[in-house]
Amino acid sequence: MKDFPFLSILTLLPLVGAAVVAFIPRARGNLAKTIALAWSLVVLALSVVMWIAFQAGGERFQFRESYQWIPTWGARFTFATDGIALVMLVLIALLVPLVILASWNDVDETQRSVPTYFALLLTLECTMIGVFAAADVFLFYVLFEVMLVPMYFIIGSYGGQRRQYAAVKFFLYSLVGGLFMLAAVIGLWVVGGHHTFDWETLKGASAAFDTNTARWLFLGFFIAFAVKAPFFPFHTWLPDAGVAAPAPAAALLVGVLDKVGTFGILRYCLPLFPEASRWFAPAALVLGVIGILYAALLAVGQNDLKRLVSYTSIAHFGFIGIGIFAFTTQAGTGSVLYMVNHGLATGLLFLVVGMFVSRRGSSLVSDFGGAGKLIPVLAGVLFFAGLASLALPGTAPFISEFLVLIGTFTTHKVYAVIATFGIILAAAYVLWMVQRTTQGTLNPVLTEVPAMRKDITLREKIVVAPLVLLLLLLGFYPKPVTDVINPAVEQTMQDVGTTDPGPTAVANGRVAR
Amino acid sequence: MEQTYAHATGLLSGIWLLVAIPLASAAVLLLLGKRADKWGHWLGVLSVAATFVLGLSMFLSLRGLDDDARSAQQSLWDFIVVGNLHVDFGLLFDPLSGVFVLLITGVGSLIHLYAVGYMEHDPGRRRFFAYFNLFVAAMLLLVLGNNYVMLYFGWEGVGLASYLLISFWYTRPSAATAGKKAFLMNRVGDTGLAIGIFLLFATLGTTQYDEVFSKVSALSGGTVLILGILLLLGAAGKSGQFPLQAWLPDAMEGPTPVSALIHAATMVTAGVYLIARSNPIFSANHTLQTIVVSVGALTLLIGCIIGAAKDDIKRVLAWSTVSQIGYMFLGVGLGGGAYALAIIHLLAHGFFKANMFLGAGSVMHGMHDQVDIRRFGGLRKYMTWTWLTFMMGWLAIIGIPPLSGYFSKEPIIAAAFERGDWTSWLYGMAALLGAGLTAFYMTRLFVLTFHGPERYTEENKHPHESPLIMTVPLMLLALGSIVAGGLLVWGDLAHWLEPVLGAEGVEHEPVLAHWLITVLSLVVTVLGAGLAWAMFRRGTALAPEPAGVVVTAARRNLYTDAFNEAVFERPGIYLTRALVYLDNRGIDGAVNGLAAAVGGGSGRLRRLQTGFVRSYALSMLTGAVLVVGAFLAIQLGWLA
Repeated sequence: MKDFPFLSILTLLPLVGAAVVAFIPRARGNLAKTIALAWSLVVLALSVVMWIAFQAGGERFQFRESYQWIPTWGARFTFATDGIALVMLVLIALLVPLVILASWNDVDETQRSVPTYFALLLTLECTMIGVFAAADVFLFYVLFEVMLVPMYFIIGSYGGQRRQYAAVKFFLYSLVGGLFMLAAVIGLWVVGGHHTFDWETLKGASAAFDTNTARWLFLGFFIAFAVKAPFFPFHTWLPDAGVAAPAPAAALLVGVLDKVGTFGILRYCLPLFPEASRWFAPAALVLGVIGILYAALLAVGQNDLKRLVSYTSIAHFGFIGIGIFAFTTQAGTGSVLYMVNHGLATGLLFLVVGMFVSRRGSSLVSDFGGAGKLIPVLAGVLFFAGLASLALPGTAPFISEFLVLIGTFTTHKVYAVIATFGIILAAAYVLWMVQRTTQGTLNPVLTEVPAMRKDITLREKIVVAPLVLLLLLLGFYPKPVTDVINPAVEQTMQDVGTTDPGPTAVANGRVAR
Repeated sequence: MEQTYAHATGLLSGIWLLVAIPLASAAVLLLLGKRADKWGHWLGVLSVAATFVLGLSMFLSLRGLDDDARSAQQSLWDFIVVGNLHVDFGLLFDPLSGVFVLLITGVGSLIHLYAVGYMEHDPGRRRFFAYFNLFVAAMLLLVLGNNYVMLYFGWEGVGLASYLLISFWYTRPSAATAGKKAFLMNRVGDTGLAIGIFLLFATLGTTQYDEVFSKVSALSGGTVLILGILLLLGAAGKSGQFPLQAWLPDAMEGPTPVSALIHAATMVTAGVYLIARSNPIFSANHTLQTIVVSVGALTLLIGCIIGAAKDDIKRVLAWSTVSQIGYMFLGVGLGGGAYALAIIHLLAHGFFKANMFLGAGSVMHGMHDQVDIRRFGGLRKYMTWTWLTFMMGWLAIIGIPPLSGYFSKEPIIAAAFERGDWTSWLYGMAALLGAGLTAFYMTRLFVLTFHGPERYTEENKHPHESPLIMTVPLMLLALGSIVAGGLLVWGDLAHWLEPVLGAEGVEHEPVLAHWLITVLSLVVTVLGAGLAWAMFRRGTALAPEPAGVVVTAARRNLYTDAFNEAVFERPGIYLTRALVYLDNRGIDGAVNGLAAAVGGGSGRLRRLQTGFVRSYALSMLTGAVLVVGAFLAIQLGWLA
């Protein structure tokens, strides 16, 4: 099993699927959907096998493959995964079939090509898997940029109002960020000195980097990732993209695509530029804390469900950010777990919001009101997704938020305390949204919308059930995931050169019984 | 203090069932949906009753053991294990959690039974019982956890159940708002508890009770003080204590059985549990104890004063709960032997307050959901059992011997006088004054409801007694109101709790002789009750009349709601609006502007924003094609 080329197959398989689906005639939309779904399920099955074959606590990078690409530059198709990338790969493989199933009827109502949409989704899956599986810096950069293309067309062609504006904005922001990274990638190749883009070789050489150069290179990567994640103040593209994108695609956008940013920081900024990471950490922590409070306050003030969820995500990315830059095992593991749990929780939230929106034909909160009376089960799922989003114990996000905060507290008390106030705001935006949408007196207009009388369908149940179950399961027993993440995070912290502080009262030697 | 717990064996290895049974029942009721409508409520009652029987047998099996072996700890699985942080999904059944289990499931069973009748005509009865079971499971987890993270888990769980049940009638805007308010104010307190847990881990490296309590002496005085204040903040939020008391009276929007179980007997006492459980921390710092005592004394007076001015039967009882929990905080703040006194009062209060809430529910049931005590009067003729049982609750709470409250409240008053310095007078007199005020407002409530002239409105002219399924639980709770206090004192609960709360006796000479305190508290009680009787036995006006400064302030909750609104709510709303504006115009505008400047003037930006995006889309497409093209070219280059 160890030598099976999981990663290259996982990357290419969806691309082949996309090609197959793209050639299905426009009239045979259902065939396209079915093939896309089946294809994504095969990818999921393969990723589960890979999860089982992965040895937690074994080598840091596993399933390494390397093929020649551009010999003159030393760029290679190198794939390898550590525990951090592994959980993200499985998350992608899990979300894509659900997104396909959730989008089932969405495109039919537009006048656009159904096969193209599903082919774009599979293309997106290919690039997302590739970007997390890459172990060659140049390959990572190329996939990082190419990933924009399918998402650009999904938003720009299949989105809602102002989709063109949002798609362009999304593309521009990421592209500009990417240019900074391109400069840094080239710079890294030059100072790396081994004529290679191979991550492990570059990491080996990183100890010899000049301090100033390393800081500049760090900044190049960091800006690209901070835009992608997005961190305050680079966040304004996300609400527009989140609103304009079809809700299931938005689930992928914030659930996975944005995580490339935080993942990139963990994989590229921290291990390659440890001194620069420590030097920039205070600034990153401040941005994270501001993001938590700022975006949460903005989420409270939104009147558009999709926009609201987008802002909650920015707040959550703030938590992930402080967790990464607190440099403790708990906070780091919490951050990675947060990336997974946020994918599940916000993914669910976006998918359910999509179900509300497609019924009502509007995503404005004020167009709902008392909807729980008409669609009680769907309202219940929305509430559950909200609870997961506010990190209630019993749901998976609690574990990650707790780890981030407790880990941050041991090294940065003030930041952790301020960030903890974010949990009050989280309750405020979730409960107020739930109240205005599903509780209170029934908005009489709703009764005149026929679709609002139909509660959750079987297809929708199949979409939400796996996410609900996983959120509960990982809320009570997160160990299978933390055990995979933890060793990789510990190694990353070693790269940075930090160790967890011990208990202060006991360390001071006052009394240790 | 070295703290160790025995490993759970035998019957006690099934502690997890106490949480699992009601949780499973809740899951069944929620998942089966309408299919369970016919019998769901009975499953709900049965699951709590079964938990009670199981809890009771565990309690009895613990009783046979020696003092130092009277505990059972069980680790179910590794919950959070990262680096040097190790949190078990672990449970602990010891004398303290044992009495809570009995209170929660015992009183809980009776209230569940009552709710079968009370909710009979509500279409959402199955959903109600699902949430009710969920509450019991979460509350049991709260008291049975063996570490602070488990406590927090249950703590948030009861918060959720409380939210769901307060806003149970979610189509009412007031219910939805009250639920949200309760959750938010609780979350304010929860941040304190959460940061307290972080501090425990940062300083002691653990969150497990036995390890924390064994290492408390390693903490500096300042750390203990901060830690205690953080825990107290959490406790105040959950227990409706100053300054986080405003949500509790609004929580009365929920169905009355909810008010009885959650917002009187059990959940709101979780703060008392937290402080009693953390007694090694609180006892370690005198300043900290003074803060707790002050919060308790202040809140008990606030509760009495507002309670005396309210006309809604459930709100009077709610403020009374705030006030009585103030007594409990006073007790746990005094420390030493008073920890046990607070727990005794908590248990006794669980009986008589649940009794009175259910009695109020019975009155509402017979009066078309009327809640205004100005529109009651003379109900004893129509609902004899409700009247008699309510009377027991009333006599118990005001502390007439030999009913419960006399045995549980009077010792706390006495303990306040024994604090040891001049503050004995301060806290003692506050507690004594509270006793008089309690007698006043409870007598007012009782007399206006059951005695005096009838003042009914048109639609509820024909009051009737409730069915047996509601009155039988009332009778059992009334029995508890009569005997619980005495039994707990004579049965020496204080000794039973010694393994948890310590065996410290009275430390200081009382500033007044004990017999004098007893006499004084009886005198103020009789005075307060007599005054209310004289004022209200002939009824009252049908609407509130203009009143002086104090009464007006009390009617408006001493302006605490107005304060919260002016200081937090409105500025919060303005801040949010300003930020939304800023984010759209400021940051986004700046970035768009920058992009436009780079891209060649604001003309393009305007086109971009006004929808003439084709040219931009085209240029972007070109960009995208370039990226892909470069990719392909490289590919081809490699192929060649």
